[in-house]
Amino acid sequence: MTDFEQQVAYYRYLAKKHGRKILLGVFILTLLLTSVRTVGPEEEGVVLNLGQYSRTVNPGLNFIAPFGIEKMYKIPVQRQLKHEFGFRTTGISSRSQYSDSDFSIESSMLSGDLNMADVEWVVQYRIENSFQYLFRVKDPERSLRDMAESAMRKSVGDRTVNEVLTVGRQEVATNMEVLLQKLCDEYENGIRIDQVVLQDVNPPALVKPSFNGVNQAQQERETLINQAESEYNSVIPRARGEAKETIQLAEAYALNRVNGATGDAARFEALYTEYIKAPDVTKKRIYLETMERILPKIGNKIIVDEKGNNVLPLLNLGTKITLSK
Amino acid sequence: MIKPRQIIIGVLVAVVILAVSGSVFILNETEQAIVTQFGKPVGEPRVKPGVNLKVPFIQKVQFFDKRYLAWDGHPNQVPTKDKKFIYVDTYARWQITNSLQFFIRLRDERSAKSRLDDILDGETRNAVAAHELLDIVRSSNRKPEIGEDFLEQLENLDSISVGRDKIEAMILKKVNERTSDLGIRILDFRFRRVNYVEEVRNRVYDRMISERNRIAEQFKSEGQGEALKIRGNKELDLAEIQSSAIKDAQVIRGKADASATSIYAGAYNKSAQSRELYSFVKSMETLERSLDSQTTVVLTTDNELFKFLKKP
Repeated sequence: MTDFEQQVAYYRYLAKKHGRKILLGVFILTLLLTSVRTVGPEEEGVVLNLGQYSRTVNPGLNFIAPFGIEKMYKIPVQRQLKHEFGFRTTGISSRSQYSDSDFSIESSMLSGDLNMADVEWVVQYRIENSFQYLFRVKDPERSLRDMAESAMRKSVGDRTVNEVLTVGRQEVATNMEVLLQKLCDEYENGIRIDQVVLQDVNPPALVKPSFNGVNQAQQERETLINQAESEYNSVIPRARGEAKETIQLAEAYALNRVNGATGDAARFEALYTEYIKAPDVTKKRIYLETMERILPKIGNKIIVDEKGNNVLPLLNLGTKITLSK
Repeated sequence: MIKPRQIIIGVLVAVVILAVSGSVFILNETEQAIVTQFGKPVGEPRVKPGVNLKVPFIQKVQFFDKRYLAWDGHPNQVPTKDKKFIYVDTYARWQITNSLQFFIRLRDERSAKSRLDDILDGETRNAVAAHELLDIVRSSNRKPEIGEDFLEQLENLDSISVGRDKIEAMILKKVNERTSDLGIRILDFRFRRVNYVEEVRNRVYDRMISERNRIAEQFKSEGQGEALKIRGNKELDLAEIQSSAIKDAQVIRGKADASATSIYAGAYNKSAQSRELYSFVKSMETLERSLDSQTTVVLTTDNELFKFLKKP
C-alpha cells in the first residue's frame, strides 16, 4: 500500500465514522446564520415572511424563520440623514472638505423676477415609516432629491432675487420645508423632513461684483448722511449755546439797567427831599463841593480878571480848553 | 447495487418536488404579477404578497413592480411663448395600476419608459411653448417683501395668469388621458429644473448687472441728496437759532431800557424843582467826568468860587 492509498482509506474511515455529525454541524450553522439577526440601536428591522410583510422588530437580538423563509431589512429610523444640493462634503476631518466638482446644475435657478441665483442647501430628514420607505416608492432617496430640487425652485421662483439673497432667506427654507413635506406625504415614502438649511446663496459669479457694488453704494450713502449729520451736530448745539449766551447777556444788561435806574432814582429822591428844604444853599454846596473835587485834578489853571478874555488867543497851545462860567 | 424500487422512488420524489416548486411562487411586497399560459394571460393579476399558486409546467409568471416608479425627463431646450430659450428638466412618478393591461400593451418597464418619454417630453414641450417664462417660474402672485422702500419699483414681481402649479397639473391631466389604456397611471409630474440655456445667460447677466448698477446709482444719489438736505437744514436751524436769540435779546434790552426810562422819569419829573435839581446835578457829574489833568481851564474871577479871590 502506498502512502496515498493509506491516506484515502483513513479519510474514508473518518467520513464513515463522523459523516452524520458533520452534516448536522453544517445544518446547525446554516440555521443560525439565517435566523439570528442583530438590529442596531438606531435601526429597526422589517421582516418579510415569504415576501409578505410580517412585523417590525426593535433593536437587539432577533430571530427570524431560517433558510430564507423570512427576510429582514434594517432601516436606520433614529438616524438623521441628509442630502446636499449644489455641493458635496467629501471628508470630515477637523474641518469639512468639499468636492471640487461643479454642481451648479443643481444650484442654479431662476427667481421670480427672472434673475438667476445659485442656491446651496441641505435637507435633513429621518425615515419615519420604514414600511412605506421600503415598499411604496422605488428608489426613495432619488425621488427625495427630485422633490427637493423641484420644491426649492418653486419656493425661489416666487421671490425676487433680492429676497432670496437677503431678507427672505429664512422664509425660502421654511416655505420649501413645508412644500417638501407635503410632497413626501403625497408620495407616502415614509420620510419626515426635519429641516431645510440654506447654505451659500449667491448671485451668479459674473454678476457678483455689481451686487457688491450695490452694497458699497449703500455704505456710501450711509457715510454721506453720517458726515452731513456730524456736521449738523458739530454746529447746532454750539449755536444753541451761543443763543442762550446772547439772551443771558441781554438779561444781565436788563438787570443792570433797571437796578441802576432804581438806585439812581432812590438816590435822587433822597437828595430831592433834602434839597426842597433849602434849595439855594444846597445847590451852592453841591457846586462848590464839585469844584473842590475837580480843580485839583486839572493840570493847567489860568485865572483871569473879568476883562481878561483877550488873553485867550495866546493860549492856543493845542490843549483842550474848557471855559467855565 | 441500486435496486429498481429505489430508482422509481427517486424519480417520483423528483417529480413531486418539481410539481410543488412549479405550482408555488412567492410574491414580494414590492411586486405584482400576472400568470400566463402559453404566453396568454390567464386569471386576475396577483397583487397579494406571499405564497401564490399556479398550474405547474404550463403556466408562467410575469413579475411587475408595484411601487411608485421614477421617470426622468430629458433636459430639453424649448422656447417659451415669449421667445425665451430655456432648458427644462422634468420628472414624474408613475405606477403600474393594471398589470394585465400593462403586459398586453407594453410588456415591460423599459418599453413603458420609452413610451412615457414620447408622451411626457412632447406634452412638456407643448405646455412650455404655450406659456410665458414667468408662468413657468412662478406659482402664485405673492407680493414680495421689500427691504428698502425705494426699491419698490425694482422689487416688483409681475403678475402671472397661470403659474407653474397649474401648468404641471395640466400636463399631468393630458398625459394621463393619453396613457389611460396602458394600464399605468402618472401620479405626479413636476419641473425639476428650469434655467436659461447657456447661450442667453450672458445677456441675462448683462441685464442683472445693469439693474444692480441702477440701484447703486440710486443709492449714491440718495445719499448725496440726503446729505444736502441735512446741510440745508443745518443752515436753516442755525439762522433760526441765532436770529431768534438776537431778537429775544433786543426785546429784553428794549424792555429794560423802557422800564429804566420810566423809573428815571418818575423820579426826575415830579415838579419844576426836581427837574431843576436833576439838570444841575447831572451837569455837575458831567463836568466832573469830563475834566482831567490834560485840561486847561481859564477861569475868571467873575465866578462864585473865585469872586473872593479879588475881594472878600
